[in-house]
Amino acid sequence: MLAQLLLVLWTLAKVLAITLPLVIAVAMFVYWERKVIGWMHVRMGPNQVGPLGLLQAFADVVKLLIKEIVVPTNANRFLFFLAPMLALVPALAAWAVIPFSDGLVLSNINAGVLYLLAMTSMGVYGIILAGWASNSRYALLGAMRSAAQMVSYELAMGLALVCVLVLAGSLNLSRIVEAQGGGLLHWFWLPLLPMAVIYFVSGTAETNRAPFDVAEGESEIVAGFHVEYSGSAFALFFLAEYANMILVAFLASILFFGGWLSPFPSTWGPIGQGSFFWLLTKAFLLAFLFLWFRASFPRYRYDQIMRLGWKVFIPIALVWVLVAGLLKYFHIVTPGA
Amino acid sequence: MEEIRNYTMNFGPQHPAAHGVLRLILEMDGEVVVRADPHIGLLHRGTEKLAESKPFSQSIGYMDRLDYVSMMCSEHAYVRAIEKLLGIQAPPRAQYIRTLFDEITRILNHLMWVGSNALDLGAMAVFLYAFREREELMDCYEAVSGARMHATYYRPGGVYRDLPTQMPQYRESPWHKGEDLKRLNQWRQGSMLDFLDAFSEDFPHKVDEYEELLTNNRIWKQRTVGIGVVSPEQARAWGMTGPMLRGSGIAWDLRKKQPYAAYADVDFDIPVGANGDCYDRYLVRMAEMRQSNRIIRQCVEWLRRNPGPVILESHKIIPPQRADMKEDMEALIHHFKLFTEGYTVPAGECYSAVEAPKGEFGVYMISDGANKPFRVKVRAPGFVHLSSMDEIVRGHMLADVVAMIGTYDVVFGEIDR
Repeated sequence: MLAQLLLVLWTLAKVLAITLPLVIAVAMFVYWERKVIGWMHVRMGPNQVGPLGLLQAFADVVKLLIKEIVVPTNANRFLFFLAPMLALVPALAAWAVIPFSDGLVLSNINAGVLYLLAMTSMGVYGIILAGWASNSRYALLGAMRSAAQMVSYELAMGLALVCVLVLAGSLNLSRIVEAQGGGLLHWFWLPLLPMAVIYFVSGTAETNRAPFDVAEGESEIVAGFHVEYSGSAFALFFLAEYANMILVAFLASILFFGGWLSPFPSTWGPIGQGSFFWLLTKAFLLAFLFLWFRASFPRYRYDQIMRLGWKVFIPIALVWVLVAGLLKYFHIVTPGA
Repeated sequence: MEEIRNYTMNFGPQHPAAHGVLRLILEMDGEVVVRADPHIGLLHRGTEKLAESKPFSQSIGYMDRLDYVSMMCSEHAYVRAIEKLLGIQAPPRAQYIRTLFDEITRILNHLMWVGSNALDLGAMAVFLYAFREREELMDCYEAVSGARMHATYYRPGGVYRDLPTQMPQYRESPWHKGEDLKRLNQWRQGSMLDFLDAFSEDFPHKVDEYEELLTNNRIWKQRTVGIGVVSPEQARAWGMTGPMLRGSGIAWDLRKKQPYAAYADVDFDIPVGANGDCYDRYLVRMAEMRQSNRIIRQCVEWLRRNPGPVILESHKIIPPQRADMKEDMEALIHHFKLFTEGYTVPAGECYSAVEAPKGEFGVYMISDGANKPFRVKVRAPGFVHLSSMDEIVRGHMLADVVAMIGTYDVVFGEIDR
């Protein structure tokens, strides 16, 4: 009995050890995003709250938390409040299977990739419900767009994952990283280069980021599905979006860029050893791409996104599944040590 | 079974892409627009009526507030109407200064346009880059008139005063200091003409920068090519002018066809499009900025070599110098008469039009011989363009409506008047 209780407490502690840094990472990432985009736009970015504006994100959180949540007339109250939670919970839950380093993972389950797919697909329900429950046409349009977009890009993303699974021969994320062992050229980005690109672009679309941000489409449908949300309810959506962004960056580094493995040979001393530091660096660089996209690209139109997803990404991904199979069958790519 | 109906959507007036206070009632079939019904009048200030109740020269400032992104061009049309009725002409140096500032205004307007159109289509960077250059030109406005936007710089018979011999510089402040301050003041060491010379030397590279971000960008092309096509016949039938007309391939430009100010003496080209879609209009406007830059350089060159009066000496219309009023009784009387009663304008009517950045901006003025106009009618290009909205966006998607509003370059100051 006591042992079980301890196990539960220990697990809870581990959950906290992941979610708390994650929430802080989201806050700092928002600050970093505003700073980077500011620099790219020849302006300052936040620089008033705290040294160098570092506390800006926390000031924003406090502001959002003390703001009133306005519920629109005729909105479905239950769904209206359920939606942000539905968006956030999967975004956080997905982190359970992410291996931060060798053996450092909350839940080392064998169907890790399936679990991830399941969790990331759940997020769209929050968005659809938010659009529906708001009783606003702008929100409804945003929800419709986002539902269609997420469903189509999930396919391309899933196929990209299949290629990784074929090469790694496992659904376990730790195994997938280990299969990439043996140096920079053994990582899966090389044999699966188009898939790495497709995965990352689909990830951008999945998280509704520019240039695929039609679900929010500032200048078209104002804020899309969360146009009626304010205060902490909005903050939850915001948190979910950024947590998802960081998740996609981590996943891309795990699946295609060797996770915690070091790009240098292991004879190079400390920098040659795999560690959490490498995963963080890779994820940071990939997440930076999100910001770069946002600062420079115009937004796609809704139907153009669909076309890109269905007519370009999915066919390429299908072909590459075959290529990956052949690579594996003829032992051109073999799982590393 | 219930019938499936299209739904209506209220687009604006509080909408990030409404460019002010446009209200569109959109009838939508899913994402596709079935009917667009623009509602205007939310910024109506009765400018034309106000002008009837004031002496002629007191309405110049209202013209700035019509199209508040191309201020001096609107002033130009109004001032020229008065000049036509009075039968006077500004001295050549004033004509060149007007040409110079019309082109500065064109660049100001097109920068605002390219920025906000890109922002509407999701590209944020261009907007802020464009505002960096706008800032420099706004400083020119401020240097000659004291106001950054609503200048009231053009006067019947010339311009308010000559160009400053010293371009104002940034002072040290918590925001501008050290290297940053030095860079900002680098162009501002000499006269305003030196400043404009440096600016126009650099500006084409800046336009290259914007084009780099947009012109060959696949997403930008997907969003603009083939969107909102206006055929040359339609453009004529709807009375379009300016880049809307030239984008459809009709080389009509008042600066060439009915030259005014110093346009007959400067060398420039009229860029025209081929397909009449949003992309062509974008290219036309980018090319126009380069042409304006060319004109600015020629004007700067001419103005350096030809000093002279910038306003007529006739004190029946032009106020006397402040210094003269201290010693000269006549000057004091003139001043008093001009600022109370104003001047009378011979009875008659006239239409004066200029090629404003958005198209033909015209002022139709009737005088009955009194000190106030009997009637002033403003022909705003944006109003004419906006009226084609419904027919153009039908069958397009919601996102294209935003692209279309952007490409019209609507400003509600002039549409609602």
